[in-house]
Amino acid sequence: MQSLVANRATLIWLGLVVATCLSVELFKGLPGLNAPYVGGMAVTAIAFLKTRFILLDFMELRHAPRPMRLFAECWWIAIGAIVIATFRTNFFGL
Amino acid sequence: MHGSHTEAARPQVSRQRHMPGEEGVWLFIFGDMLFFAVFFVTFNYYRAHDVALYTRSQLQLNQALGLANTLILLTSSWCVVQSLRAFRSERIATSKYLLAGAGVLGMAFIVSKAIEWSDKFRHGITVETNEFFMFYFMFTGIHLIHVIIGLGVLAYLYRTVGARSSHAARLVTLEGGAAFWHLVDMLWVVLFALLYLMR
Repeated sequence: MQSLVANRATLIWLGLVVATCLSVELFKGLPGLNAPYVGGMAVTAIAFLKTRFILLDFMELRHAPRPMRLFAECWWIAIGAIVIATFRTNFFGL
Repeated sequence: MHGSHTEAARPQVSRQRHMPGEEGVWLFIFGDMLFFAVFFVTFNYYRAHDVALYTRSQLQLNQALGLANTLILLTSSWCVVQSLRAFRSERIATSKYLLAGAGVLGMAFIVSKAIEWSDKFRHGITVETNEFFMFYFMFTGIHLIHVIIGLGVLAYLYRTVGARSSHAARLVTLEGGAAFWHLVDMLWVVLFALLYLMR
C-alpha cells in the first residue's frame, strides 16, 4: 500500500512551504544589501519556480501529453521572465 | 524487428503520457492562466510608472496574513493530491477525509481574507484609495471568486468519490476537479509575491 505521507508530493509541499517562508525573509531585506530590488527579483523568481512544481507535480502535467506540458513550461518561464524584467523599469518604453 | 528481452519486459505504462481529467477542464484552466498572466503583466506595467506609490501602499498590507493564506492553500492542495492518491489505491474513506480537510482549509482562506479586507475598510482603505489598492482589491476579489467556485468543486468531488459510478469515471472527475483547486493555489502563489512581497 502506498504511503500517504512519505511520498514525492509531500516533499514538494515541504519545499513550497520553505520557499514561501524564504520569500517573506527576502521581503524583510537581505543583511548588508542596500538594493531591495534584488530581493524583489528573487521573490518573483521563487514564486514562478513554485508555480512550476504546482503545475507539474500537483496538477500532474509532468506526464501529460507534450503540448500540455509545453504550455505549462512556457507559461511560467515567459510570464516569470516578463514580470522580473519589468518590475522596476518601464520595459515597454511607454 | 523485436527489441531486446529487457526492453520488451519494461512496463509500457510508465512511458505513456496521461491527461488528468477531461480536455474541457484543461481548456478552462489554460484560459484562466492566460487571463491571470495579463493581470500580472498589467500590474507590473502600471507599477513601473510609480514604484514609490506601490511600495508605500504594499507596506500597508498584512504580510503575516498573506503568508498564512499561502500556507493554507498549499496545505489544502497537498490534501487534494493525497486524496487523489488515496482514491487511486481504492481508499475511498481516506480520500473523502482529505477532500473534507482541503475544503475546511479553503474556508479558512475565505475567513482570513474577510478579516484582511475588513481591516482595510476600517482604516479607510478602499478600491478608490489609489491605483495599487484598485489592483489589490480587484485581483484578490477575482481570486476569491475562484476559491468559492473551488469549494463548490471540492464539495462535488466529495460526493463523486463515494458515488456508485465506475472507478474510472469518478477518477476522471476527481483529476479534473483537483487540477482546478491547484490552479486556485498556484494563482495565489503569484499574487502573494506580486502584491505583498515584491519591492
